[in-house]
Amino acid sequence: MTDRSRVRARVVDGLLIAMMILPFVGCILLKILFTPASEGITIAGPQIYLTVPMPLQPLYISESTVVSAAVVIAVIGLCLYLTHGIKEVPDSKRQLVAEFIVEKVTDFVGENMGARFIGFAPFVTAILALSALSSMSSLFGLYSPTSDINIVAGWAVLVFILITHYKLRGGLGNYLKSFGDPIPIFYPFNVISEIATPVSMTFRHYGNILSGAVISTLIATVLAKLSNLLLSLTHNFYIANIPFLRVGLPAVLSLYFDVFSSVLQAYIFAMLTMLFISGGYPEEAVEKRREKRAAKKAAKEAKKSEEAAAKQ
Amino acid sequence: MEIAIAIILGCCALGAGVAMIAGIGPGIGEGYAVGKACEAIARQPEQKGSVTTTMLMGCAVAETTGLYALVIAILLMFVAPKTLLNVWKSFLG
Repeated sequence: MTDRSRVRARVVDGLLIAMMILPFVGCILLKILFTPASEGITIAGPQIYLTVPMPLQPLYISESTVVSAAVVIAVIGLCLYLTHGIKEVPDSKRQLVAEFIVEKVTDFVGENMGARFIGFAPFVTAILALSALSSMSSLFGLYSPTSDINIVAGWAVLVFILITHYKLRGGLGNYLKSFGDPIPIFYPFNVISEIATPVSMTFRHYGNILSGAVISTLIATVLAKLSNLLLSLTHNFYIANIPFLRVGLPAVLSLYFDVFSSVLQAYIFAMLTMLFISGGYPEEAVEKRREKRAAKKAAKEAKKSEEAAAKQ
Repeated sequence: MEIAIAIILGCCALGAGVAMIAGIGPGIGEGYAVGKACEAIARQPEQKGSVTTTMLMGCAVAETTGLYALVIAILLMFVAPKTLLNVWKSFLG
């Protein structure tokens, strides 16, 4: 490798690392600029940065939208960084990491969905990375997008569309018939349980992350009040406002709520996606349909050849 | 007027508390699941990994009803009072 190309690779690496870090820095700056100074600790929804007028309802560009966009950019940057300058025989650590991730996820998807759906590996990885990194963005003090119901509902609707798409592979009649499964009286209940799939996926993910955020906020508030109460014995205004009890415990809580819980929820969301998509796939109906089509095609061809023979 | 506002706020808080009774169900369910997982690991320690992942999965699914209640409680605590007070004020004119 020449000197010049090495320098160029270094510069590209630096740019990609900046692509991973800068979006979060921008989000933090935006948050600092837009948070009112007088506000103490409150439990509220995401801040709305911008309101775009739209015909039906104004479009709100909120903190969660901005942070999730930043997470998307960071994930793209991470992918590009890990795969930058890959070779047939790996000589860098990051290529090993990238290969490890790809291998693990392909195994994971193949184990849970079967060989037919192995093409879902990139989609499942995208869901895992997005969900985990979005939830973990509260480590930087940002509002994690997954504690906003709209973001998670978007993912759940996407998964629901995929589930319905693969169920429709067996034909529309088969799809409609599958709701009256044991006996036709169950039809409305089965329809309701089908609709409940994305709703429960949304509420599970969003509720877990939001409850973690609410509990950590409440505990931080209580610790600040408690230290204020203790230090007010000194009768000094400046000393009394130091929340010294807040050192320590919120970090431990954050380890559970921000790191463990977010990774677990990402795993569960991806797992449920895989199970619902591969579980709803009507294999027999698809086979039957394929056979029917093949038979029809064969009959048509036989007819054609017969006609051709008659002409001759 | 003050009494009406007090009733609205109090009932919202009470409703949030009552909604969280649903936390009992996931508690029992998850405890049962984890207990059984412990038994399974004690019987077959070499299956620890797969038992743990299955257990976490089941726990997350069992948690759903509790989270429904949590969402209702959060709505009652932080969203409903404002909305109801606005409705009440517009009702009075």
